Amino acid sequence: MLDEPLRQSGGYIGQSVPRREDRNLLLGKGQFVADIQLPGMLHVAFARSPLAHATIGTVDVDSALAINGVHFAASGSDVCAELPPINGMQVVTPQGWRDRVDTDILIPDQPLVPEDRVRYVGEAYAMVAADSRYIAEDALEQIEVEFEPLPPLPDAESALKDDAVLVHEQLGRNVAALLHTRKGDGADAMESCPHRLSRRFVHHRYAAMPMETRGVVAEYDGRTDTLTVWSSTQVVHWVRREISTALEMPEERIRCVAPDVGGGFGGKGHVYPEDILVAWLAKKLRRPIKWVEDRHEHILNAAHSRDNIYDVEIGFDDRGKIHVVTSSFIVDSGAYTPVGAGIAGNSIAHMLGPYDIPHYETDCKVVLTNRTPNAPYRGAGRPEVGFAMERAVDIVANHLDLDPAVVRFRNMIPPEAMPYDVGLTYRDGVPMVYDSGDYPEALRRALDALGGLEVIRKRQKDAWANGKYLGLGLGCYVEGTGVGPFEGATIKIDSTGKIMVATGACPQGQGHETVFAQFAADMWHVPIEDVYVTVADTADITLGYGTIASRSTVTASGAIKIASDKIQEKALTIAANMLEVGEADLEMRDAGVGVVGIPDMHVTWREIACAAKPGWDNQRPIGVDAGLEATSYYEPPTVTWAYAANAALVWIDTDTGKLEIEKYVEVHDAGVLVNPGLADGQVKGGLVQGLGGALLEELAYDEQGQLLTGSFADYLMPTASDVPPIEVLHMETPSPLNVFGVKGLGEGGAIAPPVVIANAVCDALRPFKAELNSTPVRWQDIAAITENADRQQNMRADQEA
Amino acid sequence: MKPASFSYLLPKTVPEAVKMIAEHSGDARFIAGGQSLVPMMNFRLARPSVLIDLNRIPDLSYIKDRGDYIAVGAMTRERMIENSDIVRDMCPLVHDATLNIAHLPIRSRGTIGGSISNADPAAEYPATMLALDAFMVAKSERGEREIGAADFFDGVLSTSLEADEILTEVRIPKAPANSGSAFIEISRRQGDYALAGIAAQVTLDDDENIIGIQLAACGVGPGPVRLNQVEDGVRGTTLTAEILSNAKEAATAAVDPEGDVHATAAYRRKLTGVMTERALRKAVLRAVGKK
Repeated sequence: MLDEPLRQSGGYIGQSVPRREDRNLLLGKGQFVADIQLPGMLHVAFARSPLAHATIGTVDVDSALAINGVHFAASGSDVCAELPPINGMQVVTPQGWRDRVDTDILIPDQPLVPEDRVRYVGEAYAMVAADSRYIAEDALEQIEVEFEPLPPLPDAESALKDDAVLVHEQLGRNVAALLHTRKGDGADAMESCPHRLSRRFVHHRYAAMPMETRGVVAEYDGRTDTLTVWSSTQVVHWVRREISTALEMPEERIRCVAPDVGGGFGGKGHVYPEDILVAWLAKKLRRPIKWVEDRHEHILNAAHSRDNIYDVEIGFDDRGKIHVVTSSFIVDSGAYTPVGAGIAGNSIAHMLGPYDIPHYETDCKVVLTNRTPNAPYRGAGRPEVGFAMERAVDIVANHLDLDPAVVRFRNMIPPEAMPYDVGLTYRDGVPMVYDSGDYPEALRRALDALGGLEVIRKRQKDAWANGKYLGLGLGCYVEGTGVGPFEGATIKIDSTGKIMVATGACPQGQGHETVFAQFAADMWHVPIEDVYVTVADTADITLGYGTIASRSTVTASGAIKIASDKIQEKALTIAANMLEVGEADLEMRDAGVGVVGIPDMHVTWREIACAAKPGWDNQRPIGVDAGLEATSYYEPPTVTWAYAANAALVWIDTDTGKLEIEKYVEVHDAGVLVNPGLADGQVKGGLVQGLGGALLEELAYDEQGQLLTGSFADYLMPTASDVPPIEVLHMETPSPLNVFGVKGLGEGGAIAPPVVIANAVCDALRPFKAELNSTPVRWQDIAAITENADRQQNMRADQEA
Repeated sequence: MKPASFSYLLPKTVPEAVKMIAEHSGDARFIAGGQSLVPMMNFRLARPSVLIDLNRIPDLSYIKDRGDYIAVGAMTRERMIENSDIVRDMCPLVHDATLNIAHLPIRSRGTIGGSISNADPAAEYPATMLALDAFMVAKSERGEREIGAADFFDGVLSTSLEADEILTEVRIPKAPANSGSAFIEISRRQGDYALAGIAAQVTLDDDENIIGIQLAACGVGPGPVRLNQVEDGVRGTTLTAEILSNAKEAATAAVDPEGDVHATAAYRRKLTGVMTERALRKAVLRAVGKK
């Protein structure tokens, strides 16, 4: 089917085109950073702190250097003498956001290897380079270091105490950011509410756990004074920028490539010290340098995420209509905040979700502690705030003895209210307006997919009557997607007539090459095989942003469109000249340009590209530049709003607390689906990650700030056999904000599962009047609820007797 | 996570392996399936200076019917045991336990001898061997000896094997007539080490009285735990609701697990009771079904 050259009506957009990336991957021919082998390459390993908080005394690397095969060893002071820290503000917020949200931000810079103090278990204090990673690890054991322990701050609440030691003394406080915003009358609206409830909600710490860990290879070419860096990253242009700053090299002399990347999920969405250190060492030693993070390092040292505490108050009336929500929350940022207040900014913007709530007030503290730095992970602030809000909605329903589904319907923004002005400002600085969608319909479809609300409640009553426990968990959210500031695309039509597309997007398995080819093939009226897509290489496009925040389908398609329009305008002028007709008589068709209504009068892109060349006998009209090539940057007006309703049926074994998910449904709307098969996979993958976070994955710390789950023996990833039956249903409400009607969907699936599971468990255990307001949802906690209830019942029975 | 440097030896016969361990006694380790040792070495928590690889000794992989018992060579893969008719028919508890071990790729590498010598307190085979009163055969240059399971397991990751001994064979008594068994465990993910697991085998007389009972727990102590007191409360009874309930309580009281990041001590104790109840019920139902 794909071979038909004229298959343009309807086009490729909307088709589940098979991933063009898969051929190499399935044949074992993918190339990841670990696969890169260069002659003379040295391998780096880092000595990492065993203590959460300590002053660094002397670091002696001489014995390490004495080992045969070791070529380099450096302490933090050696590194700091040559390299500046990473700027704390990798991500800047626009003025428009700072105008509308009260902010007080003090972000610490991050030393590449600290010389004076280690601030979390796993932070590097020395590095070595050797002929192999084995020898490098032998050398690490020979490094002698003196640590003077400092009081550890193992969590945010201890860091906020008045007498707490400071993680970064120069800041004068342990708060990296204070944020505050309000809508309507804010907290003042609470007084007039007939009902008010307050609760604390805790979302624990877990993290992106890509199959491929991080890794960097760098090679310096002294003849051309150029540096090539291969990094397993989501943001090649940021990595290049930070290396350029640190090494004082022009960006154009640095090429940064992300080869095949085996998952990122946000964890590879910012620049890490190792990116810069490996590049620096390649230049310093004039030898290729490789560092591949092992899994233990990844768990200790790659960014963690979530880890929020919310204090929420909610004011509502007898019908369950919510009038006001206030929240005060803290984000445990760990020792540094590489993405600043971005996660908290997301949480603030997403609390009200799909509901029409007139009054809202929130404040947030981003707190520095002696944990691993916290950065966005799939969902990025939305799963956390969603857990608080969607638990609160269920608690409201229980308080009024209403069905949680009914309370949701009563509060949801109806489709006729679209576009809906939320009354807040998004973190791109633009007032938040939900662009399109039918939120209640999504919830209706989710309930129907589980048999319908009536049937579910009947099954639940029957189960209770038989001493069994079945619960319905709901979770609804909206998600700002396709955020700016921009993405770039370069389009070139070479003399073979093929369409070359390069963008600043940086995929980690999403299928960008396929999806961007679908866009370009439709824009250029060519078979998809004529489109060549390159991604994640700074050599191919000057400016790029990268693939984070559910943005690339929206932003890169916009850039491809603008660049294509620019070239096509010129191509039509040239074609008109070639065909000796007016431009108004032309249309794009059949891999080229033809005269409307006259099938024979047609020139192909190949012919036009040849005609457009500079030099003798070109066929350009006078005044038209040579070449068919353009680079354009799309700056989206603001975000598009994806949304979803999640519902799950969960059985509880009250003897053990074990829960079993009978079925999990997500009804998801990301506007026009470019590739439904890939969209489906994205949502499902996100759901499984969300379930992992809800039930299994946990970065647990003890009171000394020691990470207790430093390997896959203890950090439990969901495996294939832990995945319940999942159904994903798609709605397609086009976004009015871009020509394709698309919205982003990369993160969506991961947002709701934690609260859906918690809500389902509480719903199943309604006879026990139980609340579970923290994650992960543990069987032992469920078992304790039923055991305590049994005990109380027995006591009552004894008393009556 | 690269291991410290080590020498690697590859014996082809048991006598060769025995000679090698005698020469390097103290700083050598045998490697069987490597499913526990290799990660330990990569973390440098295990640092043998010599690694003796048993994977090329064909004589250590077998399952044989020897009349009263079946003999399983120490290097027999768990997957082979899972698929063995002899094991399923004559030692069904071992078959049941095997199904609970990890996942297929791990069972395809992991060996019975490796699991038993490693003696992970949460592993399935040590508890099963303890329940079934199996015998371990150990060889050294000093000779061969047979060690009963009760004397074999000796605390966390520890056995009564001497430094110069190799475990060559496991001898598992066949299930009696009119018996039934069950291995039931609970873990946070399918295939993980158990939070609590029970190996149970019961033998009934013609009136369905329990005349034999063998019960052991995994995951709830420093090693596998034989639940003698629970056995005493059940032996000689028919399995009524009350007996079951008592057994559940007795099992809860009989173990003294430690808490960790996966489960509190109290939860593990509770699970021990629940698993005991379920394993006993299933074992008796199977025994009755056979009659």
